[in-house]
Amino acid sequence: MVERSEEVKLLGMWASPFSRRVEIALTLKGVPYEFSEQDITNKSPLLLQSNPVHKMIPVLLHNGKPISESLVILEYIDDTWQNNPILPQDPYDRAIARFWARFLDEQVYVTAMKVVGKVGEEKDAAVEATRDLLKLLEKELVGKDFLGGESLGFVDIVATLVAFWLMRTEEVVGVKVVPVEMFPEIHRWVKNLLDVDVIKKCIPPEDEHLDYIRARMESLKLKSV
Amino acid sequence: MADEVILLGYWPSTFGVRTRIALEEKDIKFDYREQDLFNKSALLLEMNPVHKKLPVLIHNGKPVCESLIQVEYIDETWAGKNSLLPSDPYQRAQAKFWGDFIDKMVPGVVRLMWGAKGEEQEAGKKEFVEMLKTVESELGDKTYFGGEAFGYVDIALIGYYCWFDAFEKYGNFSIEAECPKIIAWAKRCMKRDSVAKSLPDSEKVTELVPELKKKMGIE
Repeated sequence: MVERSEEVKLLGMWASPFSRRVEIALTLKGVPYEFSEQDITNKSPLLLQSNPVHKMIPVLLHNGKPISESLVILEYIDDTWQNNPILPQDPYDRAIARFWARFLDEQVYVTAMKVVGKVGEEKDAAVEATRDLLKLLEKELVGKDFLGGESLGFVDIVATLVAFWLMRTEEVVGVKVVPVEMFPEIHRWVKNLLDVDVIKKCIPPEDEHLDYIRARMESLKLKSV
Repeated sequence: MADEVILLGYWPSTFGVRTRIALEEKDIKFDYREQDLFNKSALLLEMNPVHKKLPVLIHNGKPVCESLIQVEYIDETWAGKNSLLPSDPYQRAQAKFWGDFIDKMVPGVVRLMWGAKGEEQEAGKKEFVEMLKTVESELGDKTYFGGEAFGYVDIALIGYYCWFDAFEKYGNFSIEAECPKIIAWAKRCMKRDSVAKSLPDSEKVTELVPELKKKMGIE
């Protein structure tokens, strides 16, 4: 139990999947925190000082000490507050979980961003490429309720970027990137996620989120013209 | 049951070197199997079907992919001897942050130094030097990135040292002039058995460049 006063502050952004995943982890562990909404177009001195290398959110400040990079933050949270573990205990299972987390952030996210940001042939290619990557996730979910197995784990938290960002963009881009006929397991998994209180509490509200995605898409298209 | 540890690698790879060093630091017996990047073996494709990349660590038949994930796996599986990561969660997070920085930022840029020309190469050089300076200021006057103990961040970066001669030759600049502390640190690391055993010879790496360029179709 906490003996001294713990100060936990999250510099984040309401619509960012990377920021929200940290909130999921903190909420899962029952860690009280102060959320500080950051304007990434006009970065605060605190953000610049806390993450001088990347100048990006999310940044977790624990008793004033900053930790940056969402995957690093998730592991730090798991190491520091040991109730409701996020990562598995076994080293091999941990290695696999880390592998999938990187896959999601470095491959799926990067490719999926092109679906939102490109038009025409380039967009179609991005849709195909994203689907190819998601087929691997689809396979992983066979026989499991969550990517972490019986309950929500590290990879599920990271993969919320698929469930509540990529899949939400479908409405806005007008393409079913993740159709249920092709990805029945992923759809089943999203339903399982929505049954988890922590998830319901921590994902951005749908309507505002869709408006935000729409606005971002427009601005990305304007840039590429 | 005796542990069976196999490492599939490609000798000049800055990534495979990390895993070798980690295994050596822990005194783990392993079977190193040289792979041909340009003609991938059935074993490689079976063990890393997602990325088909090296290195792959196979422990008792089970594959672990991605070099820094392998280093952490080795540290957690063979715990208790020569810890590679700090035990304090905050220090550990800092180590992982820098490992991630090196892993994300450096690979994209280094190819430009030997594989590009003109403006592209100049831009690559500039970015590389900037990154190295950022890392150098994190090192400061410490012996190793973690302080007195050799570990994860040192392992993440040292593999590039055997490529420095190639970068300098093709990029026409001096890394020591830009980042003297990094060179001093690298020389300290090279005194460790695990590093000396695992890093390929600089000369051989430099000699490889024209061949690599040809294989990759770079002019």
